[in-house]
Amino acid sequence: MTRAVRWVAAVLFALGMMGLPVEVAANTGHEAAVARFATDAFPDTIAGIEAVVDAASPLAEPVLQALIDRRLTFDPTTRRVYFRDAAGALFDAASGASVQDAPARLDTVRINNRIRNILQGALGTLTLISPDPAQRMRAAEAVLRGRDPEALPALASAITRETDPRIRTVMEQARAAIQLRLPDTSEAERQAAVAALAARGDQRTLALLRQIRAETQPGALAINLDAAIQRMEARLAVLARVQDLWAGISLGSVLLLAAIGLAITFGVMGVINMAHGEMVMLGAYTTFVVQELIRTHAPHLFDWSLPIAIPLAFLVTALVGIAIERGIIRYLYGRPLETLLATFGVSLVLQQAVRTAFGPTNREVGSPSYMSGAFDFFGLSITYGRLWIVVFAIAIFAGLLITLKATSLGLQMRAVTQNRRMASAMGIRTGFVDAMTFALGSGIAGLAGVALSQIDNVSPNLGQGYIIDSFIVVVFGGVGNLWGTLVGALTLGIANKLLEPVAGAVLGKIIILIAIILFIQKRPRGLFALKGRAIEQ
Amino acid sequence: MINADAHAILDRRSKLFLIILAVITAWVVFANAVIPESSQFHVSNGSVVLYGKYLTYALLALSIDLIWGYCGILSLGHGAFFALGGYAMGMYLMRQIGTRGVYGHPVLPDFMVFLNWRELPWAWVGFDWFIYAAIMVFLVPGLLAFVFGWFAFRSRVTGVYLSIITQAMTYALLLAFFRNDMGFGGNNGLTDFKDILGFSVQASGTRLTLFTLSALALAACFVLCRIMVASTYGKILVAIRDAESRTRFLGYRVEHHKLLVFTVSAMMAGLAGALYVPQVGIINPSEFSPANSIEAVIWVAVGGRGTLIGAVVGALSVNAMKTAFTTGVLAPYWLFVLGAIFILVTLALPKGIMGLVDRLMAAWKARTRPVAPPQPETGA
Repeated sequence: MTRAVRWVAAVLFALGMMGLPVEVAANTGHEAAVARFATDAFPDTIAGIEAVVDAASPLAEPVLQALIDRRLTFDPTTRRVYFRDAAGALFDAASGASVQDAPARLDTVRINNRIRNILQGALGTLTLISPDPAQRMRAAEAVLRGRDPEALPALASAITRETDPRIRTVMEQARAAIQLRLPDTSEAERQAAVAALAARGDQRTLALLRQIRAETQPGALAINLDAAIQRMEARLAVLARVQDLWAGISLGSVLLLAAIGLAITFGVMGVINMAHGEMVMLGAYTTFVVQELIRTHAPHLFDWSLPIAIPLAFLVTALVGIAIERGIIRYLYGRPLETLLATFGVSLVLQQAVRTAFGPTNREVGSPSYMSGAFDFFGLSITYGRLWIVVFAIAIFAGLLITLKATSLGLQMRAVTQNRRMASAMGIRTGFVDAMTFALGSGIAGLAGVALSQIDNVSPNLGQGYIIDSFIVVVFGGVGNLWGTLVGALTLGIANKLLEPVAGAVLGKIIILIAIILFIQKRPRGLFALKGRAIEQ
Repeated sequence: MINADAHAILDRRSKLFLIILAVITAWVVFANAVIPESSQFHVSNGSVVLYGKYLTYALLALSIDLIWGYCGILSLGHGAFFALGGYAMGMYLMRQIGTRGVYGHPVLPDFMVFLNWRELPWAWVGFDWFIYAAIMVFLVPGLLAFVFGWFAFRSRVTGVYLSIITQAMTYALLLAFFRNDMGFGGNNGLTDFKDILGFSVQASGTRLTLFTLSALALAACFVLCRIMVASTYGKILVAIRDAESRTRFLGYRVEHHKLLVFTVSAMMAGLAGALYVPQVGIINPSEFSPANSIEAVIWVAVGGRGTLIGAVVGALSVNAMKTAFTTGVLAPYWLFVLGAIFILVTLALPKGIMGLVDRLMAAWKARTRPVAPPQPETGA
């Protein structure tokens, strides 16, 4: 009875995983195959391995892995076969059911070197027909890399039963790569194989084709190979540029994040806030503190640490911003150069305060699961962390734009920027608006700190690295214009990354700086200059 | 254009300043060379180097005050000119090492041997001669300032924008000098100097001479600044500072005036750097860091901008404080103090120490005048 239930469960499982009737029948084959290990004789074990591979049950891989690791055991009295997983838990090898009370005596199935070799091959083949598509993909890629002629029969059978077209393509490419190596492949097959491989187009395949080209005698195939290599090189070159472009957008969004708060305090209010970088730093440290608290008190919330840190970082830095504005900056309006000096003093104090509180060394801020890893996008490798930062930057930019254009506070901010005295005469509390504007700019710097904690070292010097770039972005884009900041940040980011492969990172940066200095000569008020008399000092 | 009579150039306060400077210099020389080490009045060799360093900082501050205080050009990249002058001197000192380097190469400095360079880069040619190096000390910062100022002032880049691009300039130079390929020693910079004009840089006599030269350079530059600001030219500068557009409408070529004062100031900064390097024994790219330039601006603000004497007083007092703090148990709190000075000076002392002095003297005069019968002022 229980056996029948198990059988049905296994069938359903297999159906769910593979969706192939062949696999259903194969499962009884697995039980029969596993039973052969119980004799513990080498020929029987070999036959068992082959039978297990043929049966292709989901259990095949763990069973064979257990055998190679000497974790496969059998009960000499009942002749049932068991295996332990890496953690030591006992399972029935035929059914995969967990076994609670282990039999009194368990003997390990013996293996020798020959069996170990067979097992290794079998395990490689097995992953090719594993029910897990990701595992099949990895196995196919591995075969493609290894180009082992031994794998050809297993590969051929895997291709016939493969349903996922993407995995199938990779398998066919792997077969092509192996075929090119075999001496008895016909010329037509070779041509087809080259065509199949040329369809790939990653760096590794290019290296493979170059290697094959070196092995090939001059002739039609060699000409084909040369053409394929050339096409691939051209494609890879384009891809590399696109990758640079993406890196540029990513850097641009980081610059945008760092600069956009400054675009408010400097651009809208005309306050040269040298402590802006320290606001970013405070945001990053807020993230660190939130993560530490979560780590010690509620580790299961770890993935939520960034969403929790975002409002807190905004709040903390906005409050610090209000304190700076009310305490220092409001006495210095109309004296931009003095503001610069005073806020530089503030930045020194904040840096030292953080250094005293948290120590001078880098602090570790972890990445939540959704921010680690990368995915492949038409041959581009895109990391989730960078993608999220781009999204975050766009969201903040949009939010800020809406705040400035569609809220009454935004209206008041713009009014005070354009004509302080007139705005005051119209009943706007300019002092309050100043404080709120500065708080907004500082808070956004704090948000930038949350994002930068993911890609940069969280140290007391974090902000210093961004302050000059931020100013340059704002000045380049045009003071007092958010769109200018956006365009400025993206232009600088992309230009930087496109120059990097040509000139090197440092020289590229120097070229950008010189270009900016020259650009300011041409357009002293940036890309998008505000026009009007109010802007002149 | 520069026409001012001696009285206007050296007013009473300037004379007092020069006298005090001379007295202090003479005292340090005397206390170091004549007073025996056992006496508590003896000034050690280390202190002479320290004071010499302060004087070069004071010269840098003076050069900043000339353009910021009198022409409203806030350069946040003046450290670059200082460092360039320093590198010019450093290169001469490197060439003087000769075969005494670690690798003992007859031509190349150690770091070039280390980088497997075959021959001396073109930029180093000529630095064997002190005269050439001395010219370069003025020429390189002056030329950079001239070209930079030519573009910037002609396009009427002013105020904050100018400050930001000067900062970008020194930042670009910082990055450039960090590169080993530049041939200026990369991040280690130039160091391990042996002698200057045949005298060992370690010898106390050389150090005392360098200290005295720093004081003389400071005094000379101070007089030069006074000549500039006390003349008609100085009046135009102040006019540009206070109302640039109006000055232009009155027919003055604002950009030419600014360019001249900016270039002169950069050369002074270069001279300061050149005197700094043999005394501290090292020059590396961190001298280009924007924070250094801002700090130098702070010295001027602390002393009182637009007073020249204030720049010197500010540089000396902030650095003396820095030494006092960073050598003791209070070292971790130095940045708190420095930051607080920046904030307090800008908020409470917008005219700096000199402004405070003025106010105190005015108060003292107001209090004493009713008591004492009015007397004919002499010498003022």
